[in-house]
Amino acid sequence: MADYGDEPHVLAVDDNLVDRKMIEALLKNSSCKVTTAENGMRALEYLGIRDDQPGESSASATTSKVNLIITDYCMPGMTGFELLKKVKGSSFLKEVPVVIMSSENVPTRINKCLAEGAQMFMLKPLKASDVKKLRCHLMNCRT
Amino acid sequence: MEVGQMQRRLVEFTKSLFVEGFLDGQFLQLQQLQDDSNPDFVVEVVSLFFQDSEKLLNDLTSALEQQDVDFKKVDAHVHQLKGSSSSIGAQRVKNACVVFRSFCEEQNLQECMRCLQLVKQEFYLAKNKFETLFTMEQQIVAAGGSIPATEITSF
Repeated sequence: MADYGDEPHVLAVDDNLVDRKMIEALLKNSSCKVTTAENGMRALEYLGIRDDQPGESSASATTSKVNLIITDYCMPGMTGFELLKKVKGSSFLKEVPVVIMSSENVPTRINKCLAEGAQMFMLKPLKASDVKKLRCHLMNCRT
Repeated sequence: MEVGQMQRRLVEFTKSLFVEGFLDGQFLQLQQLQDDSNPDFVVEVVSLFFQDSEKLLNDLTSALEQQDVDFKKVDAHVHQLKGSSSSIGAQRVKNACVVFRSFCEEQNLQECMRCLQLVKQEFYLAKNKFETLFTMEQQIVAAGGSIPATEITSF
C-alpha cells in the first residue's frame, strides 16, 4: 500500500450535520486529514468524477485526492451504496477503500455493501476505538 | 461556594444524568474529543444538535399537520433526529425517536402525534440538563478550577 505519511486524507460523507462534526473530530483525533461532504454529489465533485456523464472521459483527475472514503448509508438523493458503486466504477478511484456507516444493523444491507466492494461496514454512532481500528486495519499505520 | 464544592456538585450532577438515562456512553466519547486544540468541542456539538434539531421538530410538527400526511417524510425526519441524538449520547431523546419510528411504519397518525409530544418533551428536558451542566462547568472555570473528568467506574 502507498505510504501516506503520518496523515492519511479521509473524505467523510454524511447528510447529518452533527454526525459530520463528530466523524471529523474522531478522524482528526486519529491523526487524519479530513474533508467532509454533505451528500454523494458533493463527494463526487470533490473526488473529480462528474455524475452527469458516463464513462471515464468525465474524470477531471487521474489520481485520488483521498486515501479513504467513509460514508453514511442512508442519505437523501444518492445513498452511500450508490456512492460506493460510483467510486468502484471509476478506474482511478476503485482502489480507494470505502467504509459504509449506518445506524441500522441490517445484514442484507451489510452484505450488499461488502459484495459491492466496501472494505468495512461500521455501526453508528462511531467511537474513537472504531476509528482507530479502521485506521490501522485499512492504512497500515506504523505504530 | 468554593471550587471543590462546585466540582463535587458537578460530578454528582453528571452522574445523575447517566443514572437517569439522559446520557449514555456516547457522551463520554464527546468529552474525550475535547482537548487543548479543541477546548469547546462538547458545547459546540451539543449546541449544534439543539439548533439543528429544533428545525427538525418544526418540520415534524408541520408534516403531521398536513391533510395527507407523508409518513415517509415524517420517518426521514425522525431518523435524522434519532441519529444525531444518538451521536451525542442523548439517550432519552434517541429512545423516544425509536418508538416514534415504529408508529411511522404503522402509519398511525394518532400515535405519531403523541410521539412527537414525547420527543419534544425529552428534547427540552435534555436541553435544560445540558444548560445546567455547562453553566456549572463555566462557574468552576471562572472560579479558577478545572473540570473533573467523568469517571464511569464510579457508577
